[in-house]
Amino acid sequence: MKDDLGLKIGLEVHCQLTVLKTKLFCSCPSNYRGEDPNTNICEVCTGMPGTLPVLNEKAVEAAVKIALALDCKISESMNFFRKNYFYPDLPKNFQITQYDKAGGSPIAKEGLVETIAGIIRIRRIQLEEDPGKLSYEGTIVSSPISLVDYNRAGVALVEIVTEPDLKSPKHAREFLQKLRSILEHIGVCDGSLEGAMRCDANVSLFGGKRVEVKNISSFKEVERALNFEITRQKTMANVAKAEGMETRHWDDVRRVTVTLRVKEAEEDYRYFPEPDLVPITISKEYVADIRKRMPELPDGRKARFVKQYVISEEIAGVLVGEKLLADIFEESLRTRMASNLLGSWLAIDILGYLNRSEKTLADMKFKPKDLAELARKVEKKELTENTAKSVVIKAIEQGKSTFEFAKEGAAITDEKSIMDAVKEVFEANPKAVEDAKSDPKAINFLMGQLMKATKGRADHELARKTIEQAITAGS
Amino acid sequence: MKMQSAWEIAEGVRKGSISAVEIVEEFFERIEKHDKEIRAFITVSKDSAIQQAKEIEKKRREKKLGRLAGVPIAVKDNICTRGIETTCASKILKGYIPPYDATAVRMLKEEGAVIIGKTNLDEFGMGSSTEFSAFFATKNPRNLNHVPGGSSGGSAAAVAKGLSAVALGTDTGGSIRCPSAFCGVVGVKPTYGLVSRYGLIAYANTLEQIGPIANNVIDAALLLSCIAGHDPHDSTSIGENKDYTKFNSSAKKLKIGVPRQYFGEGTQKAVSDAVWRAIKKLEGEGAEVEEIDLKSVGYALASYYIIAMSEASSNLARYDGLRYGFQDSSGARDWSTLFSKDRKAGFGFEVKKRIMLGTFALSAGYFDAYYLKAQKVRNLIIQDFQRAFKKFDVLMGPTMPTTAFKLGEKTVDPLAMYMSDCDTVPANLAGIPAASIPCGSSNGLPIGLQIMATPFEEGKMLNVAKTLEDILGVYAE
Repeated sequence: MKDDLGLKIGLEVHCQLTVLKTKLFCSCPSNYRGEDPNTNICEVCTGMPGTLPVLNEKAVEAAVKIALALDCKISESMNFFRKNYFYPDLPKNFQITQYDKAGGSPIAKEGLVETIAGIIRIRRIQLEEDPGKLSYEGTIVSSPISLVDYNRAGVALVEIVTEPDLKSPKHAREFLQKLRSILEHIGVCDGSLEGAMRCDANVSLFGGKRVEVKNISSFKEVERALNFEITRQKTMANVAKAEGMETRHWDDVRRVTVTLRVKEAEEDYRYFPEPDLVPITISKEYVADIRKRMPELPDGRKARFVKQYVISEEIAGVLVGEKLLADIFEESLRTRMASNLLGSWLAIDILGYLNRSEKTLADMKFKPKDLAELARKVEKKELTENTAKSVVIKAIEQGKSTFEFAKEGAAITDEKSIMDAVKEVFEANPKAVEDAKSDPKAINFLMGQLMKATKGRADHELARKTIEQAITAGS
Repeated sequence: MKMQSAWEIAEGVRKGSISAVEIVEEFFERIEKHDKEIRAFITVSKDSAIQQAKEIEKKRREKKLGRLAGVPIAVKDNICTRGIETTCASKILKGYIPPYDATAVRMLKEEGAVIIGKTNLDEFGMGSSTEFSAFFATKNPRNLNHVPGGSSGGSAAAVAKGLSAVALGTDTGGSIRCPSAFCGVVGVKPTYGLVSRYGLIAYANTLEQIGPIANNVIDAALLLSCIAGHDPHDSTSIGENKDYTKFNSSAKKLKIGVPRQYFGEGTQKAVSDAVWRAIKKLEGEGAEVEEIDLKSVGYALASYYIIAMSEASSNLARYDGLRYGFQDSSGARDWSTLFSKDRKAGFGFEVKKRIMLGTFALSAGYFDAYYLKAQKVRNLIIQDFQRAFKKFDVLMGPTMPTTAFKLGEKTVDPLAMYMSDCDTVPANLAGIPAASIPCGSSNGLPIGLQIMATPFEEGKMLNVAKTLEDILGVYAE
């Protein structure tokens, strides 16, 4: 994105503290997923008259961990505020949250996250309750009805607010990926759960008014929504239509943002101190104790990977980008072999396949040590790397816990067998052989045919060399 | 009519000289006879009460009876009672049946008290006369042309008329003490935090407490002993569970401060005379009395109404008709229209007015000038009281500046109605305990004397109240 756009992007990321057993202010289970609508509720989280919130102290501990991981200043005393607005997913028509003005003190502020594309400053971190969930028939605009489910209402959220330091939609995605990995490493938020990490984005262009985009449910969607919104705002600027302050809704089906509400001025939430909760002291000793128990974070782990396993910074960076991936990598390295192969398989081939096929690491059913064994075979030349990778992908695809090889699974490494196979392929594809003399792309086609004929067992390097030599010889 | 005191009933039931079922039935007979004209009750829960009484009879055989065994109790209708409709005297909560008991109610049941019904109040506690009930006005049993006071008017009237042995009220700015004074009964607003607010339907969270209304000091102390103490469901409850029924009646060396500000312009002469007469009697018994100044209480009323309305505007937001209570679904096609229709038809005028004023006070640009300023005044009042209590054991003055006014007299003059709270709101702002006990009458209408003490000194305060009651006798017509 060019600087002259005056692009400003800031994010508000909502992370559910999935590590907690109960909600933020009552003893309902915090895991509402898979429950029938409006069954995971009690009189407190549905805001029945006369009920009072009682703070789940484990939530404070989890939030302090996040604050430490993001290098924030932790408040010595924090308090809760009410954010007043009417909405059907809010049982009390106010949200218990934290505030940094009018005597308010959120749990932490002024942190930072380092990304490849630069430092992102964290403005504040606050604890708050999740609202319920509205469902529509079709889209929010066209639905004739809306249904409300309070199962999620009252689940503990940590809101992380960034300064407008994000340079592009891609950067936003990178930041979120990093944040997710940090949260997974400290073990407070399982980002793989649907809705466990959600984000709102604030975007402005050309020094115009800030537009807030809500309902962004995944990191891919963040990039899409921001790209759409930037294009939209550019177009508006081209037709000289002034951008007003507004809140827009990301419609992930049609992949467009639509107006949710236009703001005349800054929305007035009539914040005031939550009278039913007392201020919480966060002592230095308490923080020091948590600091002592902090696990290794992604940046530290990346540095250790580079040093300990002698792999590249890039591969190490991708591996620690997802805790599970890094765990699988380390787990499979118990034999301390083939770290480079394993690193690139996991970081490039497997992750690439998962992204293309919308699968996750959880779909990998085989054991990391079996993966390591495969890598060891490749190193010993008992197997070609291509064969190994294709059986791995096939196992993920089919959800199998073991690797299956074609009957004659051994790699073809002798020159004669390969030469024979090349001859057969050349005879079957005379046009491609002719094309290959002037167009290197045709070589790729011939390679493909060769691998097909040998069921992928031909040694990749040797096969390509043989084909290239045969073509040069024939021209 | 000779009043049966709660402690005598409980003792009788425990001993077996009184049947819990019979005593409860006796009270229901009185309700049937008198409540048509007093109208203290919104709901009478006869079936469940008789059932509760039968269980107490059963338990007696097992000798497991509590301190309030068989005692009929009326509960103000803004305190949640499981399975019994709880309305706050508002149309918007008509038909609402809470799925749980307020902590205070649960504790009373555990002590064997029998819930006989839910009493009338000003809608959501917003008023000083019980005329702002959405359903009907309650009348003062001492004179049916007069208000019983409010907002716990139903509870005070029920106790005064003997329709219930004791009652629970709630006090946000005087709502226990005002009707207690007007009806000639004993009312106690505990220290903020002594009694759990869990299940008390919030009007103004930082000001209000549940407390007892009774015919005599021993009953009030007994009831308080049964509901006091920390509740894990209420983060602001910090009190200890103590027995307040051990009295040591003596006025000797008791240091009484009498703030001049409590005898301001609007105070009736009959009221100040009766209060002074009572104070002089204590002086005669050896108490040391001194007039003092508590300057900041002059600003208490303004501070109180801003804080109470601000909190109310947020507390009452949840009543939108979507989950419970009144719903006006005629023609609403979207949620915001539905919410507006429900709230327009569900709330009464006084409630709407306070929500509007509170919303205004919390709005951006006004917050500092109103809400924050009011909190600063509140701090000054707290400091004033702290200074006074360094020197005095208790402070005394009138509970209300006047005796009970006539029905309809102040509904047209909201400011005059608000002004009548001037002597009660300082204790709520300061969070200190305050009690009202009868100290005489004027034209057949009772006069209440207010005793205030330092936080969590309910024991000392009730001791003084008992001493005074021993001197003056229980209020009689």
